Amino acid sequence: MKRLLFALPLLVALIIGGFAIWGLSGGRDPSALPSVLISQPVPQLDLGPIEGVDRPGLTTDVISKMEGIKLLNVFASWCAPCRAEHPNLTRLGQEEGLTLIGINYKDKPEAAAKWLDELGNPYAALGSDYAGRAGIDLGISGVPETFIIDAGGIIRHRFAGPVVGDGLRRFMEALDEVRK
Amino acid sequence: MIPELGQFALSLALIAALVQSVLPMLGAARGNALWMRSSQASALAQFALISIAFAALMRSYIVSDFTVVNVVNNSHSLKPMIYKVAGTWGNHEGSLLLWVFILAGFGAAVAFFGRNIPEALKARTLSVQAWISVGFISFMLFTSNPFERVFPPPLDGNDLNPLLQDIGLAIHPPLLYVGYVGFSIVFSFAVAALIEGRVDPAWARWVRPWTLAAWTALSAGIGLGSWWAYYELGWGGWWFWDPVENVSFMPWLLGTALLHSAIVTEKRDTFKSWTILLAILTFSLSLLGTFIVRSGLLTSVHAFAVDPERGIYILGLLFVSIGGSLALFAWRAPSMEGGGLFAPISREAGLLINNLLLATATATVLFGTLYPLFLEAVTGDKISVGPPFFNAGFIPIMLPLLLVMGIGPFLSWKRADIRGVLSRLKLAFAIAVIVALVVWYITTGGPVLAIIAMGVSVWLLVATAQEWIKRVKLFQPGAVARIRRQPRASHGMTLAHLGVAILAMGATGSSAWKEDIVTFASPGTQVEIAGFELTFEGMKQQQGPNYVAQVATLNVTRGGDFVTKLYPERRVYPAAGSTTTESSIRQTLAGDLYTSIAEPAAEGAKGQWTLRVLYEPLVNFLWIGTAFLVLGGGLSLSDRRLRVGAPRKSKAAPVGATPAE
Repeated sequence: MKRLLFALPLLVALIIGGFAIWGLSGGRDPSALPSVLISQPVPQLDLGPIEGVDRPGLTTDVISKMEGIKLLNVFASWCAPCRAEHPNLTRLGQEEGLTLIGINYKDKPEAAAKWLDELGNPYAALGSDYAGRAGIDLGISGVPETFIIDAGGIIRHRFAGPVVGDGLRRFMEALDEVRK
Repeated sequence: MIPELGQFALSLALIAALVQSVLPMLGAARGNALWMRSSQASALAQFALISIAFAALMRSYIVSDFTVVNVVNNSHSLKPMIYKVAGTWGNHEGSLLLWVFILAGFGAAVAFFGRNIPEALKARTLSVQAWISVGFISFMLFTSNPFERVFPPPLDGNDLNPLLQDIGLAIHPPLLYVGYVGFSIVFSFAVAALIEGRVDPAWARWVRPWTLAAWTALSAGIGLGSWWAYYELGWGGWWFWDPVENVSFMPWLLGTALLHSAIVTEKRDTFKSWTILLAILTFSLSLLGTFIVRSGLLTSVHAFAVDPERGIYILGLLFVSIGGSLALFAWRAPSMEGGGLFAPISREAGLLINNLLLATATATVLFGTLYPLFLEAVTGDKISVGPPFFNAGFIPIMLPLLLVMGIGPFLSWKRADIRGVLSRLKLAFAIAVIVALVVWYITTGGPVLAIIAMGVSVWLLVATAQEWIKRVKLFQPGAVARIRRQPRASHGMTLAHLGVAILAMGATGSSAWKEDIVTFASPGTQVEIAGFELTFEGMKQQQGPNYVAQVATLNVTRGGDFVTKLYPERRVYPAAGSTTTESSIRQTLAGDLYTSIAEPAAEGAKGQWTLRVLYEPLVNFLWIGTAFLVLGGGLSLSDRRLRVGAPRKSKAAPVGATPAE
């Protein structure tokens, strides 16, 4: 019994090591995520605007009236990677002529408003998801996540994690795929 | 030519390390004194060779030798000299070279200073240290060679990330590494003791100064890193519970536990297997940190370039070192118990609680850091664990720790009189309650946890001061002589404990009562925060050595009286194609007035700037507290009884004894 106790640290270390091996094993892309929503229309959304931000809220109706490819970005002011990807998304919107729409996830309206004031607000419509309800409908695992929605309102790609560096390259590949 | 020389020296260092990892160990097993003594020569040779390699790489950076890939990727001919030098370790390969440089440095230090350590223990320790060297030098030579050449050489380099062009980078990683890697020697001592099958108070006495040196450097390194994030990154925060921050914090927490449990092993000949386990785990966590930062296992804002091949190699190293040492522990440790008994209320018990709380805190941070990986492996879900988890899990462990810390030093070994101690601490308790009430009154309805934390911090501060006053009998004649006579280590403890109290106040104040205003600004815009009025007077352009800066002028007044002018900047680095924010701060003990400026926000806001103004109360207490910790560590290290070298020889202060600022 005593021996077992002394072997416990080894056991825990080996278990952690096992997870690490799994984590490094080939083909695992830390930001690739399956989603049951691929090739499905955007789920019913009815999110009010963020208080103090001059953008309409995000509803299925608003989305269906938008033309072209849309990027649905789920973000929060408390999330540092969101801050990092923000300029890239802003540029993508301007340079590629994409419409950016956002869901502000589990965030206080005043914090979100400050964040957008500071970093710029490239979103055409912004829904406040304080309760995290839309997050559940979209099946997100955390923030940031970005969905590519095609002209017909169908979700074509789900991207988890910040669109920066290598992530930006992979995101562009996915975007080209959707455009074909 | 010089880079080839560096690579050659590195290859020779690998050979020296190979010899060192076999010969002394065999010598110790067979009782061959000559083989055992060879460890000293090989440890010094290994260190000298790695120093040559390190100097060669640094030279390539200093003269901007763009035939070396590493220099091309991380330097630029127009960069200020200090950042060229710092560029040596601002990248994966170079930082790894620094890593093995420090590793070999600690080995050489034990070979050189450890004259009073028994030959067999020293030989085994140095052999174990060389095992780690072999692993990491071969890792460098096979997967991350810093001396690789490029032909044809480009005209100029790709610059260093401008965020990293800060004095913080010049000292932060080396200090952090001295801490991280310093625990390697403690690990080697522990493994050597397990092989030898003997742990006694003398062992703990030899190990303690090395632990203390590593811990002091790590404290300074973490403090500096946090200070750097706060001042340089312009995010207005000093701790984000990011995986890379966590992996430097975990060895610190566990190292703190080790520091205290080694005292019990030294003074009371007990807690032996626990101390050994802590020594192994502390360095294991340092290794885990190296692994996480470089493998891309977890995503982080601080991570180096990600390469799964490197990850597998380091994982192999981890498997051998951590798995091997813990297996050895499981095999040898059960036969090592014994030692002094103690009552439930005694200094031993106090230190036991300290250890349990620190270990629990470490486990909490470890769990939170790795949880996304666990969950993804088991369910396929991906999540990120943020500050709410850590604040909820970590703070409730820290508060009781601070409470016990106030009482601990009063307790005597074996059996203590808790009533006597508590009656002495009535004053501290009363002051703590009063301060908590005052804080509650000022902030009227501020967060309850913050008010409790403030009270507990004050309690620790007063109790620690009281203990010191009692120990040196400050108010009786001859106090000065008594202060001198007392071992420096005990003053060091008082300083470090005061540091923790001050740090806790800073952490509480700056997170609970922070004020934050973000606004569009055009000339004439006024902002009010924490009793200050700030007026935005305008922007002007300035040319720096390798950047162009836009500088804002802010006039600060309080109640109509002029206070100061602040000049936050925004810098554009054309070569790297990136921009940085240089905040401008009015620092006072009561709090920092922090300003930063960003690009015009939206299309519709031409001619406007985004101005961010923060008021962070007590934030400087963090740096002062860290300075106390480091000074306390340094003072203890200078204690005669702890000295590593020959007793009469005066040793220079350890590398870590620089205050955090």
